[in-house]
Amino acid sequence: MALAGLFLISFLGVHLGINLLILKNDGREAFNIAAHFMVTNPVVQSMQWVLFGGFILHILLGAVLQIQNWMARPQRYKVEGFSHTSYFSKFMIHTGLIIFAFLILHLVNFFFKAKFGAMPEVMIGDHMYEDMGLLVIEKFSNLSYVILYIFWLLFLGFHLDHAFHSAMQSLGLNHSKYTPVFFGISRALAILIAGGFMIIPLVIYFS
Amino acid sequence: MDLTLKIWRQKNAASKGKFVTYKISDISPNSSFLEMMDILNESLVLCGEDPVAFDHDCREGICGACSMYINGHPHGPDKAITTCQLHMRRFKDGETIVIEPWRARPFPVLKDLIVDRTAFDKIIQAGGYVSVNTGGIPDANSIPIPKVKADLSMDAAACIGCGACVAACKNASAMLFVAAKVSQFALLPQGRVEASERVQAMVAEMDNLGFGNCTNTGACEAECPKEISISNIARMNREFLSAKLGAQKPSGRTGSDA
Repeated sequence: MALAGLFLISFLGVHLGINLLILKNDGREAFNIAAHFMVTNPVVQSMQWVLFGGFILHILLGAVLQIQNWMARPQRYKVEGFSHTSYFSKFMIHTGLIIFAFLILHLVNFFFKAKFGAMPEVMIGDHMYEDMGLLVIEKFSNLSYVILYIFWLLFLGFHLDHAFHSAMQSLGLNHSKYTPVFFGISRALAILIAGGFMIIPLVIYFS
Repeated sequence: MDLTLKIWRQKNAASKGKFVTYKISDISPNSSFLEMMDILNESLVLCGEDPVAFDHDCREGICGACSMYINGHPHGPDKAITTCQLHMRRFKDGETIVIEPWRARPFPVLKDLIVDRTAFDKIIQAGGYVSVNTGGIPDANSIPIPKVKADLSMDAAACIGCGACVAACKNASAMLFVAAKVSQFALLPQGRVEASERVQAMVAEMDNLGFGNCTNTGACEAECPKEISISNIARMNREFLSAKLGAQKPSGRTGSDA
């Protein structure tokens, strides 16, 4: 669970880095070249299967652990716990389910379209590239999509808030000096990744 | 103080329980929570009713017998105390107090607020001991132990096995209890001899008994009357991982090879 989660965080970092290229004022050139590289490079393509594996492992393990946890307390308390805990840690299955539901929509909107659909093309230098950037701009010119994605990314942020430090703890990496740093990294990742992704639809819609 | 108590009443393990509301008055703010329960029980007995059954023994926070889930907190709203150390001045006059037993599948309710915590004994039986022959009383300081490690081991050994960690955890996980028991031995040279086998056996028994999984929410640490740190859970995770990765297969040799 922890290892798959950490791997998915690293994927989000790469994904965000490439996505931010669309904000570069170069007529989507850098973004389209990067997107083309991601769908044609054999190393990236093979890593794609590892990524799918990571997603499936994280989701399946999460579901199995949650079912076991529910079974461990068949009768709930009348007054639910008021213990002092990190708030979002109590709702990982709920935020995870919301992320998963929107992930399917996201894959249909972009991934499957780029992979199997007819894509508009654009000439960059001497080569023709799929105009992935145009697809993104078209989607995010629609206000309902912008709101939907902001909502989704908000929950991604909530999920990430209890991600990195929790993975460290599960791997046995707890230290009086470094654990507070891990908590800081978790919060920073939640804000930077969710916030970074949110900027894209907002900038596209308002420009 | 006048109080309204909503208490879980259950005749026995097989019967279905329910909450029963009691009004109690003239309670001194200086009385302990268990004294308040005693006063309630005396009044119930005088009325010919069955008194509320609850676990208690030392009444000074060291035995780990008392186990009440009070207004959403194991051992009540105060930090680092057991139910017997809780005082009525912590509550407001006229307040409604909801008292429930620990809720976890491995801790079935026996009667009212008493749960069967044999599951913890089974985990200890699986490996929570040092089985090497220690011989006679050794000379002082014959085994050098760094002060930091001795302190950490002692902190872990402060666990009284009350089960508040399981009660507080949203997953009914026993990780803090098991981690404390694993840690108190793993940190000392005497305990290291069997550390690998111990952690594997205790974790396997914990899973087998149906406790939930740790999702690192930290509720156990927040509610533990002995303030056992979740750094012990990380230590147990380290111990478990290294035991699983480094475990050697039995050589298959017979005694005659020795």
